[in-house]
Amino acid sequence: MLLKTPPRNVGLHSVFALVGMLLFSAISPSALAENGYKDSDVDQLAKLLSDLPSANFKNAAILINKSEGFVKEAAKPELDEVLSGLFDAYLEGKLYFNKSTKQLLILEETDGKLSLKDPFNSALLGEANKKEIKKIRVNNRLRKTLRKSIARLTLFHPDQEVRLSAVDQLMQKLSDENVSLLKEAQESEKSRPVREKIDIALALFALSHTEAAVRKQAVTALAGNMEPAVKAKLDAMLSVNEQGEYLEPSKAVRTAAQSSLSRIDSKRSIYGFFETVFFGLSLGSVLLLVAIGLSITFGVMGVINMAHGELIMLGAYTTYVLQSLMPNHIGLAVLLSIPAAFVVSGLVGVAIERGVIQFLKGRPLETLLATFGISLILQQAVRTIFSPLNRQVITPDWMSGALQINPVLSLTYNRLYVILFSLIVFTLLLLIMKRTVLGLYVRAVSQNRDMAKAMGIRSEWVDAMTFGLGSGVAGLAGVALSQLTNVGPNLGQAYIIDSFMVVVFGGVGNLWGTLVGGLSLGVANKFLEPAMGAVLAKIIVLVALILFIQKRPSGLFPQKGRSVE
Amino acid sequence: MSMSPSNEPLQFQHFKQRRQSLLSSTFNSRSTQLFLLVLFVVTVGCSLSNLLFSPDHFLYVDTYTITLMGKYLSYALLALSIDVIWGYCGILSLGHGAFFALGGYAMGMYLMRQIGDRGVYGDPLLPDFMVFLDWKELPWFWQGFDFFPFAILMAMVVPGLLAYVFSTLAFRSRVTGVYLSIMTQALTYALLLAFFRNEMGFGGNNGLTDFKEIIGFDLQSDAVRVSLFLITALVLALAYLLSHFILESKFGRVIVALRDAEGRARFVGYKTESYKVWLFVYSAVLAGIAGALYVPQVGIINPGEFSPLNSIEIVVWVAVGGRGLLYGAVLGAIIVSYAKTRFTALMPEAWLFMLGALFVGVTIFLPKGVTGLFEGLFKAKKLSKDTTEGEPS
Repeated sequence: MLLKTPPRNVGLHSVFALVGMLLFSAISPSALAENGYKDSDVDQLAKLLSDLPSANFKNAAILINKSEGFVKEAAKPELDEVLSGLFDAYLEGKLYFNKSTKQLLILEETDGKLSLKDPFNSALLGEANKKEIKKIRVNNRLRKTLRKSIARLTLFHPDQEVRLSAVDQLMQKLSDENVSLLKEAQESEKSRPVREKIDIALALFALSHTEAAVRKQAVTALAGNMEPAVKAKLDAMLSVNEQGEYLEPSKAVRTAAQSSLSRIDSKRSIYGFFETVFFGLSLGSVLLLVAIGLSITFGVMGVINMAHGELIMLGAYTTYVLQSLMPNHIGLAVLLSIPAAFVVSGLVGVAIERGVIQFLKGRPLETLLATFGISLILQQAVRTIFSPLNRQVITPDWMSGALQINPVLSLTYNRLYVILFSLIVFTLLLLIMKRTVLGLYVRAVSQNRDMAKAMGIRSEWVDAMTFGLGSGVAGLAGVALSQLTNVGPNLGQAYIIDSFMVVVFGGVGNLWGTLVGGLSLGVANKFLEPAMGAVLAKIIVLVALILFIQKRPSGLFPQKGRSVE
Repeated sequence: MSMSPSNEPLQFQHFKQRRQSLLSSTFNSRSTQLFLLVLFVVTVGCSLSNLLFSPDHFLYVDTYTITLMGKYLSYALLALSIDVIWGYCGILSLGHGAFFALGGYAMGMYLMRQIGDRGVYGDPLLPDFMVFLDWKELPWFWQGFDFFPFAILMAMVVPGLLAYVFSTLAFRSRVTGVYLSIMTQALTYALLLAFFRNEMGFGGNNGLTDFKEIIGFDLQSDAVRVSLFLITALVLALAYLLSHFILESKFGRVIVALRDAEGRARFVGYKTESYKVWLFVYSAVLAGIAGALYVPQVGIINPGEFSPLNSIEIVVWVAVGGRGLLYGAVLGAIIVSYAKTRFTALMPEAWLFMLGALFVGVTIFLPKGVTGLFEGLFKAKKLSKDTTEGEPS
């Protein structure tokens, strides 16, 4: 008898499966399609659901399953979205129908107004008239069916991102049915990230299992996991309730949880470290960008330009102006503003050099004062022309968002782009200085003006071009800053002291010094910040810099050779 | 830095005579006499007219104007402190606002303690903002500030000490010129950020204000306002004389020498760093006193005084007035501050344009300031007169 049992069971199973298949095919859309429907998939779905207003709860459940089966069969992502949107509305009691036409409608509330939407093509149907429409009723049993159905629709969605977020959703409320759904999904799942996520969810569920051995196994499996929910759950297991008892009764499980938690913590601190480095590099690349123009005008030419910050501001405003000129092409405007800002700031720079600075050659303190005056004029000009208020510069789509490496570490795209941009600008500038004729002239004039003149270099022209180059780079910095901070008349002022510090710290007249100086100051700032707050960190960096300059007045990489005074 | 040494020859041979007649020369200098006379006449005249005449008399000077003038005079003292180091020693400080504000805070702390239990929260010991921050006791650095002489002492010692530490570090490692200027700017910027923090215990963003009385006298009364004005004028006159005395002394000669050729002065055997350090400390103390005089007249001190822009404005006063001349600095401070008061009231937008143009214009066209312009005209006139007279007909 015992030996005979298995085959009998198999037989029973196959009978059930057969019946199930028959049932399924009876209601499946492929069968309906064979019956002569030639409409598009969405229309078919609408037709399928047209009985919903008149159906009782039992029939409604059948309709739900039917339409789900149809959508799965059709395997079209847009159909999945339509149906899950419709089910969501159904679940929340927002699904209505028109009393006369029996058309299904979604009632939406925006700014206190009730408006209607077609669930199948998202067309807006105007304001709702309460008398014409009626709600499609839903009970608890139906809600359960709907939830399952939505979960299935998203869990088996062809798009991996949708599946991932579906697992995330289910992880929030791990009930028995959700877990069985997840298990089901796990079997058919092909993509590794989704499978891993499902494993985490299942392990998380196992943490509440009644058997200590299962819990322990789950705890060990979760060691070093970065999911915030995991950490929260493990923390909860190790906490003590009001009676002084651990929420986790088994000591062995607690020890395992402790070691898993410490692995999580150490991993988190490593990623936290990387995140701080990233933030530091991002700040450092901003410092590099704002300082590198200065390292040309101040470092190479020896001109103190206190209006450098305002040239940065002009670059940022150029971005703003271009964006308001072409409001439909925000991303293009940002790209175009790179050359535009270079030209605008560069021309203003040349004007400053020709108009003021050339008359003050050899009088650095006076140059400082005069350029400061120019910075005041430029600031006030911007205030008068635009407004004293901050202007909004929009970040294009491809620059917003973040690169999610794991639940703890995410790198925002705009910062990544700025780091990249500053390195490109640095490289270009380095090439200009080392590989072009202009760079050769600039270096010659800065090393020995008289000798350069004697060799036939038009030193005045070189001065103007160099200053224009440095100012243009300031404009580029402005474009980058417009993507990170508010654009206002005081934008430049906030950076001027920092950028002088970077140049002096790195060593005057040394582009590499500026690179190292900017990045290291940025990283140092970000590492000090969590311990002592942003303002104090900044103060400490400033004081440390002041002390450093006193110790080594010529910076990290002092210039050597005859040109040194 | 590269003014040629022949500009101002060192008159070694006259040193002996000079030292004997130094005190008398301080008083005998015509510019000093004239300056003191004008200062005396204006301040005493205005004060008397405020106190003696009734408000509808045409010679009456209202209290607002008196306070405004008092403010200008404290600015003039501040400008004097810059001129001493910039005009005579070539050190351009872009952070003197820090010393001014520190002196101001010392006075502000005294005035704050004088409020006593008349504050909004009525705490007899703690100023309002500390009660607001839920502090339980007075921080250690606020101790003693209820004692007036201590507060005055601190208004000089704190800026002086900061200046000593800063300048010793800077001048020892021979940081000069533009680098020094940027470092002083960073110094005041760091202090600005620090004083904005509530945890520092100086009232944070709002600073110290709502003062009631000073050494028992009501700050709002006319008599106190006029006295503060007179005291400011007196301190300015004393500071002027002292600066004149110092700069005419041997110490001052060395200062000028190392402005024009520091390397040579060092090779001659002078320890130039310590000369510069002490002059810098003296200048910072003057700025601190100016701040202490400024606060009771204006009635508020907040971190905004530390902003780099303020410090640079001071430099403009001196540049406009004419650096290297003590009365030039005073004149510049008064002219520019007056212009600022007028223009910010008439057309606030134009002021920054004006100030900016002033920076550019003065540095390019008037390197010696307004006084330099007059002096130049005077000299040219005299010169042409001399030549016409000397020419044989």
